[in-house]
Amino acid sequence: MNLLIAVLILPLVGFFLLLLFPRKSEALIKQAALALSLVTFLLSLGLIGPVIVNGMTPQFETNLPWIDSPAIRFHISLDGLSLWLVVLATLLTPLCVLISWNYIKDRVKEYYAFLMLLSFGLIGVFVAMDLFLFYVFWEVTLVPMYFLIGIWGHDRRIYATVKFFLYTMAGSVLMLAAIIYLYNRAGTFDYPAILAMLRNETFTMGPQLQMLLFLAFFLAFAIKVPLWPLHTWLPDAHVEAPTAGSVMLAAVMLKMGTYGLVRFCLPMFGDAARKSASWICTLAIIGIIVGALVAMVQPNMKKLVAYSSVSHLGFVVLGIFSFNQVGLDGAVYQMLNHGVSTGALFMLVGFLYERRHSLEIKDYGGVATVAPKMAVAFAITMFASIGLPLLNNFVGEFLVLQGAAMAYFRWAAFAGVGVILSACYMLWLYQRTFLGETPDDVKHHMHDLTGREMAAIGPLLILMIWMGIGSSAFLPSIGQANAEILKRSTLNVETMVQQQAPSLGQEVRLGR
Amino acid sequence: MDVNLIPQFAEYVRMLPEITLIVFGTIIMFLEGVAGEKRARGMDGVAVLGLLVALGFSIVAGMSAGTAFHDMIIVDGFATFFRMLVITVGIFVVLSSSSYMAREKADCGEFYALILFSLSGQCILASANELIMVFIGLEISSIATYILAGFLRDDKRNNESAVKYFLLGSFATAFLLYGIAWIYGITGSTNLDVIRQAIGTPGVNSGASLAMFAVALMFVGFAFKVSAAPFQIWAPDVYQGAPAPVTMFMSAAPKAAAFAVFIRVFMTAFGGLAHQWAPVIWLSALATMVIGNFAALTQTNIKRVLAYSSIAHAGYVMVAIATHSQIGTAAAMFYLASYAVMNMGAFAAITHLVRKGETHTEIRDLAGLGKQQPVTAALFALFLFSMVGIPLTGGFFGKFYIFKTAIDSNLIWLSILGLLNSAVAAYYYLRIIVVMYFHEPGESMESLAPAALGIQVTMWCAALATLALGIYPSFVLEMAGRAAVLTP
Repeated sequence: MNLLIAVLILPLVGFFLLLLFPRKSEALIKQAALALSLVTFLLSLGLIGPVIVNGMTPQFETNLPWIDSPAIRFHISLDGLSLWLVVLATLLTPLCVLISWNYIKDRVKEYYAFLMLLSFGLIGVFVAMDLFLFYVFWEVTLVPMYFLIGIWGHDRRIYATVKFFLYTMAGSVLMLAAIIYLYNRAGTFDYPAILAMLRNETFTMGPQLQMLLFLAFFLAFAIKVPLWPLHTWLPDAHVEAPTAGSVMLAAVMLKMGTYGLVRFCLPMFGDAARKSASWICTLAIIGIIVGALVAMVQPNMKKLVAYSSVSHLGFVVLGIFSFNQVGLDGAVYQMLNHGVSTGALFMLVGFLYERRHSLEIKDYGGVATVAPKMAVAFAITMFASIGLPLLNNFVGEFLVLQGAAMAYFRWAAFAGVGVILSACYMLWLYQRTFLGETPDDVKHHMHDLTGREMAAIGPLLILMIWMGIGSSAFLPSIGQANAEILKRSTLNVETMVQQQAPSLGQEVRLGR
Repeated sequence: MDVNLIPQFAEYVRMLPEITLIVFGTIIMFLEGVAGEKRARGMDGVAVLGLLVALGFSIVAGMSAGTAFHDMIIVDGFATFFRMLVITVGIFVVLSSSSYMAREKADCGEFYALILFSLSGQCILASANELIMVFIGLEISSIATYILAGFLRDDKRNNESAVKYFLLGSFATAFLLYGIAWIYGITGSTNLDVIRQAIGTPGVNSGASLAMFAVALMFVGFAFKVSAAPFQIWAPDVYQGAPAPVTMFMSAAPKAAAFAVFIRVFMTAFGGLAHQWAPVIWLSALATMVIGNFAALTQTNIKRVLAYSSIAHAGYVMVAIATHSQIGTAAAMFYLASYAVMNMGAFAAITHLVRKGETHTEIRDLAGLGKQQPVTAALFALFLFSMVGIPLTGGFFGKFYIFKTAIDSNLIWLSILGLLNSAVAAYYYLRIIVVMYFHEPGESMESLAPAALGIQVTMWCAALATLALGIYPSFVLEMAGRAAVLTP
């Protein structure tokens, strides 16, 4: 039994374990959930070393037969692309337990059990190397999130959760059809095996077929990302979800979509993906700008952050479809950045909500005077989200814009507008909530961050700074995996990288 | 011709499940007369015992595969699979109906006897090798089921259900019988093998178009029994009106048996005409899925929702039949098994939840079940997720396998439309879960007694089986794959 299996299985064990606890012992349940998720996180840190040393070849591989006919295997492994997403998922789970500690009072047992199940599904999505297994995890994540939003959400939770479920489900059934079709043609669900067949041309797809299969996969991922104009489920789900639900949704779950694009769409359907790049990037840029503009006029904080997610994820998609090492590295890095900074934003909004019981911006003002620590945390998170240099998003956005500019300069120019707009809405949000006069309501309700809350937000703040100034700790392993993916999508990576990205010498050397 | 009129011992062995069921059914009727006042005490136990014995005998019979009674009965893997399936359904129906019948003060042995008789008809259907046996099996199964549907004779809904079922059912049977007559006229035989040889070889006969007409007639009969479009109209009314455990029975056992004989007849006798009938099945499959799923969207009565869902699920099985391949047969078998399991679980929950007199059959009556009885709600939700087709449940794997075989057979459009349909279906299943978990408990919820033991056993067994079929389907899958060989 290797470490990766342990990291994957532990949350599932936690799920069943928590269900066995007596309903009344709520404190015990919370402690157990925290302990389990912390252990999972600590174990997942052990995954980092081997993958960083060699991010190109899959590490911690487990390949067991599951179902004989049709041949479905339990095949999981980890490379530079999945590594950090897995760590992100395992890191956020204990933090989510922490932020729910006092907020969740109803059906405590089920809540933490579902959180564990969600964690299991998310980790599974990022490590599955068998298409069928991937689909299984993909769908399994739906169920706990459905309940998290539906039971512990706000007023319109039912509408939001059903919409969320149906959107994802409708998108993914076509992916299932495509997966089955691939199996029929290639004779296996094993992803590396399919790639190997594609490489040595024992399995080929005509351009038309490739395009259809690409679109089937793409639709499922685009809904999950969400790419404009398929994003409408996201603001609803975010606004209605409990804080931890929003955090997991924004930070990890949306990455399932972008991860799928990088992991499956580019290597398998390289030609079709490149042919579609222009319209996809157009949609991404529309998403960046529209998301930012809509965020600007939101009176509801969570909605604002949700639309900012649409905007940020537009950057990720843009980076992916600029088809060069820089853009792709930026996109993957941006996935992590968005996870950290938007996760933190949702947490802070959640803290505000717990005190004042309102998400309306107009109900706040001058919070900084009563809660200075929270104001500092919010400020750092906000600057990270805007993309201030030395903080994490700057690195990602910079790389994405550079990649986009290398592909097609005008894309970068338009996308750059999004960066400016993000500064507008975030600064404005900060100004309206934390600065200015402090109304009496706020004074009475607001108190500063507690130790537990600091423990939840602290790691993310540290990460924002660390990922901003020490990106070389993360990027090489990502770059290695991405180089491999780009090579698979039959683009001549080597020349591309040498000619156009001299500034990333260190990374490129490792990446090759 | 040397005809051996005295059947061999092995031939009786092959009929043992049917014989057992009928013997035990008769014993129950007899015991009830003798016991008098005490009436039904323990009759469910006798019924379960009989079913267990029959289950054991169907395995025994399966081990001495072959034909019996002048080729009228055939015992092969296929027959054994379905015999075991319907008998297992029977066991759980009996387990969950005893508390229901006691609650309705209608506790008597007849009920269980009728279930056993009906099952014996279904076992005959599963193993019929000849059209007359098909007809006999169908009638034994149906007539007993007609009575079961109207078992609570003081209840108006029961009466409506039974009468509707009876009238429309007889009508459909007439079509079937007429088709059998045509086939006999064309081929001079009712034996499936002989028919296959007679109409399967092109050029030899001139009656292909006549045969197609007969096929169409028989299709009407079977489509009615499996509630496939356009002959599904009866199902919602009958399912809604019948007592909950009977609905549980009807939607699983007779349906599975009807599909068994449907598949057997069409794959063997009419296998040679597949290219003519496959498009019809294609259309019917699509229509069944669409009608079932879209009609279910607006229903508020939970039994009716599941009735429409049962139509939709029949549509998925029809997709498998439309592939007219061996692997399609295996997929249909697997699906029927997993459908029977999850449906049984769901209806066991409903049997428990409707209360005395079935006064709580609306979806909104389930409000707050998740809080009041978390275990029941969780199991019910599991069955519903299985029907939606969420991975790690039997429902998902069954659906996956069906659409996989359909894509194998190049029915790409049917698969895509079917898969989209299953996304639509998610809506109405989710609606039930929404009410159970996301709504606050109503007043009526507080009066809900804990589930009876038999119902709990049924739900837990069904839940374990649903998960087992979803996580480790190989066992049943291999069994179905081996059993799907129908033609030599």
